[in-house]
Amino acid sequence: MSGIGVYISLFLIFGGLVTILVYSIKGRDVDRRIIFAFVFFATATAIYYNIEFKETPTTIVKNVFDRLESLPEGSKVLISFDFDPAMKPEVFPMANAFVRHSLVKKHKLYLMSLWPQGQALMTETIEDVIKVEFPEVVYGEDYVMLGYKAGNEGVLNVIITNFRKMYPSDAHNTNIDSIPLFDDVKSAADMDIIFPIGGGKPGPKEWILFVGDPGQVPMAPGLAAVVAPLIYPYYPRQVIGLLGGVKGAAEYESVLRSKYPRFQDVPAPALSMMGPQTLAHIVILSFIVIGNITFFMKRKKANA
Amino acid sequence: MKKEIPLFIVFITGLFMAVQFFVPHAKSEWVYEYMLDWTIIIGVFALALGIWSFVRVATNKIRRKSENWQYSIVALAGLFGMIIFGLGFWGGVESYMFRNFFNFVMVPLHATMFSLLAFFIASAAFRAFRAHSLLASVLLLSAIIIMIRFNPFLGPLSEPIDSLASWILNFPNMAAKRAIVIGIGLGMVATALKVILGIERTYLGGD
Repeated sequence: MSGIGVYISLFLIFGGLVTILVYSIKGRDVDRRIIFAFVFFATATAIYYNIEFKETPTTIVKNVFDRLESLPEGSKVLISFDFDPAMKPEVFPMANAFVRHSLVKKHKLYLMSLWPQGQALMTETIEDVIKVEFPEVVYGEDYVMLGYKAGNEGVLNVIITNFRKMYPSDAHNTNIDSIPLFDDVKSAADMDIIFPIGGGKPGPKEWILFVGDPGQVPMAPGLAAVVAPLIYPYYPRQVIGLLGGVKGAAEYESVLRSKYPRFQDVPAPALSMMGPQTLAHIVILSFIVIGNITFFMKRKKANA
Repeated sequence: MKKEIPLFIVFITGLFMAVQFFVPHAKSEWVYEYMLDWTIIIGVFALALGIWSFVRVATNKIRRKSENWQYSIVALAGLFGMIIFGLGFWGGVESYMFRNFFNFVMVPLHATMFSLLAFFIASAAFRAFRAHSLLASVLLLSAIIIMIRFNPFLGPLSEPIDSLASWILNFPNMAAKRAIVIGIGLGMVATALKVILGIERTYLGGD
């Protein structure tokens, strides 16, 4: 965070908020367009000046990192892209961070999706992360793209006993019996860790209920912020940890960068997004405070 | 017989699936997996039905020149365009056209719709998030603590706020969520029993 522009912008935002507070105390209504303008200005400033904050990983995120870190080389890691473009900004950085971490640890990656849009996003990860940052990894030996499969929870119910029944071939129509990664994989229960990423249905909750619990497979979901509190009851027994929203993704990116300096120069979208989100949160918090001050003042006046 | 036969099928199937869960035998597992195949097939048909329904609604709108009928043309073009680009002879879902339409049309559209939430949340928070009662004050205070917890800008506050926020998430939040999840579970069991026993018959279409 640097530059005089940042300080001028922050001064304008907070100066504006104080002005609104004074106006509200005087009993004037705040037009919703003014609130929209503040949110826009706060996020635009952070994006323009690329404001970033230092992230310290919380225990719930650190648990996920440590588990993947402690797995022996060649462990089987399944990542499910159960989200669409609307959720992409929040959860896609998690998927890429898990992929980077898994490949740097030389684990075997299995990519699949229960959402039709997930396959295109998975392709993006393969093209932009795996092929660019890990040119040495080989398709079929180090990672495989299983693609999208219709059937929601039904798919999970089948793969927990038999992977081949649901996925006789990968996304390129290659028979999975001819893919070396499946030599010692019969079902999803053979995975060493599963990262279900998403926030809708079917999503991480279904993975916990239909695969994690019955198969006793360690689960670490990556979630959109709105659904993270719904998955908390499954922590710490059914999920070893979780990543909630941009914040969770930023914490993971931060710990990944500090552990592996080779990732210092690769994009960390969640860390970049934390700037706009943080300023927008401060604006929203300020409006809540202003709203309550005026509420109490009006009530005091009415009671007088 | 119009009602008795479906009720009988539901009773037998429901009872069988409930009993099957407690029978750890290969044959029982085989029947269970066979039933799951049916579920998946029905799911695939539902997808096809959804597309057909969408096409019918959109074409009717265009034919009748209903309000904003022009948007239906765009919607149909999007649907069929993506299907054509996603087909094998265009290179499938990894083709240049499919990927670029997905990345530069669909992704920004979805992201735009989702990001509008920030503006409405800010406005709603200002107008509705008021401490007008004890419970509302508790809710407000919890929300503020959680929001501050997710805010790296307030660095010096982070240690005590983090402990407090973790306590809120791990105890009151988790207790309430668990209670809701258990309540939903019990409700589902009760509803399933009502369907199996024929008490709940709305799925038959009426009464």
